[in-house]
Amino acid sequence: MEKTGNPIMKAHSSGVEPEMFRVLTPDGEIIETIDGKIDKSLMLKMYERMLLLRTFDRKSINLQRQGRIGTYAPFEGQEASQVGSALALSAGDWMFPTYRDHGAAIIHGQELYRVFLYWMAHFDGSICPEGKRILPPSVPIATQMVHAVGTAWASKIKGEQNVSIAYFGDGATSEGDFHEALNFAGVYKTPTIFFCQNNGYAISVPFEKQSASKTISQRAAAYDIHGVRVDGNDIFAVWLTVKEAVERAHKGEGPTLIEAVTFRYGAHTTADNPNIYRDQEEISTYWRENRDPITRLSKYLNKEGYWNEEQEELALKQFNELIDAHLQKAEGYPKSDPLEMFNHVYAEESWHLKEQKQELNQILRKGGKK
Amino acid sequence: MGKNLTMLQAITEALDQMLGHDDRVMILGEDIGVNGGVFRSTEGLYEKYGKDRVVDTPLAESGIIGSAIGLALNGMLPIVEIQFLAFIYPGFEQLVSHAARMRYRTRGQFGVPLVIRTPYGAGIRGPELHSESVETFFAHTPGLKVVAPSNPYDAKGLLISALEDPDPVIFLEPTKLYRAFKEEVPDEMYRIPIGQAKVVQEGSDLTIFAWGSMLREALNAAKKIEDEKGWKCEVVDLRTLYPLDRDTIVQSIKKTGRALIVHEAHKTAGLGAEIISIINDEALIYLKAPIKRVTGFDVPVPPFTIEDHYLPTVDRVKQGIVETISF
Repeated sequence: MEKTGNPIMKAHSSGVEPEMFRVLTPDGEIIETIDGKIDKSLMLKMYERMLLLRTFDRKSINLQRQGRIGTYAPFEGQEASQVGSALALSAGDWMFPTYRDHGAAIIHGQELYRVFLYWMAHFDGSICPEGKRILPPSVPIATQMVHAVGTAWASKIKGEQNVSIAYFGDGATSEGDFHEALNFAGVYKTPTIFFCQNNGYAISVPFEKQSASKTISQRAAAYDIHGVRVDGNDIFAVWLTVKEAVERAHKGEGPTLIEAVTFRYGAHTTADNPNIYRDQEEISTYWRENRDPITRLSKYLNKEGYWNEEQEELALKQFNELIDAHLQKAEGYPKSDPLEMFNHVYAEESWHLKEQKQELNQILRKGGKK
Repeated sequence: MGKNLTMLQAITEALDQMLGHDDRVMILGEDIGVNGGVFRSTEGLYEKYGKDRVVDTPLAESGIIGSAIGLALNGMLPIVEIQFLAFIYPGFEQLVSHAARMRYRTRGQFGVPLVIRTPYGAGIRGPELHSESVETFFAHTPGLKVVAPSNPYDAKGLLISALEDPDPVIFLEPTKLYRAFKEEVPDEMYRIPIGQAKVVQEGSDLTIFAWGSMLREALNAAKKIEDEKGWKCEVVDLRTLYPLDRDTIVQSIKKTGRALIVHEAHKTAGLGAEIISIINDEALIYLKAPIKRVTGFDVPVPPFTIEDHYLPTVDRVKQGIVETISF
């Protein structure tokens, strides 16, 4: 059972932790009816995808340490939020991730090697597969939320049954664009899902210093839109919540603000040291022992006889091979030509870019290095 | 066929024709619907096309520009009106971090065909922050295009081109010229290419480069100088401020050998400096005198009781011409 009065709660609210929707307890017990909405195959899919992402995330940190990719933003601990939300979407839905949501992007169809390319600072790392609508990770905070209102608004105008989902963290809820996005979405009833992963810290600033409101979901009331607070480490609860938000959107009931309460075990990025601003070991240990999204689903699946150690080993082996294959593809991908920096600034290259491109080309040719 | 229209009427006509021509076109902004815009540039369009195409938005520039980016991503052709140029600042991040960079970041996969229209410039006796001329902010941003018409005919033709452009265009409308004069504007949907300046008046002694409302001062000064001294000034309306039309600039210098740049924006890092630099690079040996700038001063645009002293006047322009020609 969960301990009470632990230091973790402070990361998410200044008082008693408000209630949140939960289906699967940390002990792997189902406490809410799921009405057959999540069958065995979906459960296994959820589990395998979380395992894949954790493997990918850990691998990426190692690659950064080895200098094979650049600064990286880890998401370990947030797998249920990212996998659960992304699995509830349809292929044609619009996704607006941040730099910490490549997990969700992968589940929605982004190719692993492209994610590697992104963190290798390759131009082509932001391209999504043909026909997909996965936008490049937003680096400014909360700005992508308004885009998700716009694409959803267009879907509504065109009568398309697509939702737009914007990912963001707790820090984003202090930005003006958070409020402008919610306000616009409320006014135009756009099929937008605002998916906040409240991981307790905006780099170093804890939620209690970020916001006077106890929860993020309560802010929905101010815009008269639907708001839900959910255990972000419970993939069943996340999936059901996002699924419901999608259905609401399809029925024309407009946007939903979802606060998924979760935690990042690691640093903000590989350039950050969380020991400076939180008791890193104590908090991470607590979350790993008491709330981990993968462990809790594993407990449930094992109990039900859906999953065992042998399968786990086999899956991990396969995932490692898959990730390695994508890494190989990324590392073997043609390097960005310096001249590519001039491409796609405009649909058509204007005179000044043509000439500057020519100038760099001559420098490169003289130097014999390209 | 055509009719005599003010710049405002020409803009309204362009918007009307675009809305009628293509269902994907939407206009978004504050007070642009029922009210028809604070300058009435969208008058009648709400009644004609309805609230879903001519949209009165919440008062939030980042929200307007940001959601328009999303609309453009998903197949619409949004035209945003920002009530005054200085009100664009809350939406500045959306413009520079997202609208301008979307095509680049996605290697051409997603574009943002978006037009941002906004009145700009002093001379209308406006309150504080209603008269700025900060085109440099946008002309410094790769991925954006910046257009500033100086007459009704160009305004319509350039606006239609801006709407058909696959990239985001900032369309700066000189407030002072909205109702300043009328000229014949053709009825049909014609285009004036973005990126092309126009030689408004031929001359041989000096070239004046100007845009927006400053074009009137340039032409008036040129006429007075001709009357008084017999010097013939060439006057070039840049029309597109980014990217600049280098060829027209250079050709004119090769012909006249002297240049004066007139802009109401602040002097430091104003576009005048960029034009001088282009001439320096391409036509230095043709110059008979240093290039002069007559500009707004490097101060916030002052209250309207003294704004005329901030703005370049015909006399200041004349003085600039005299100093340059008699160097």
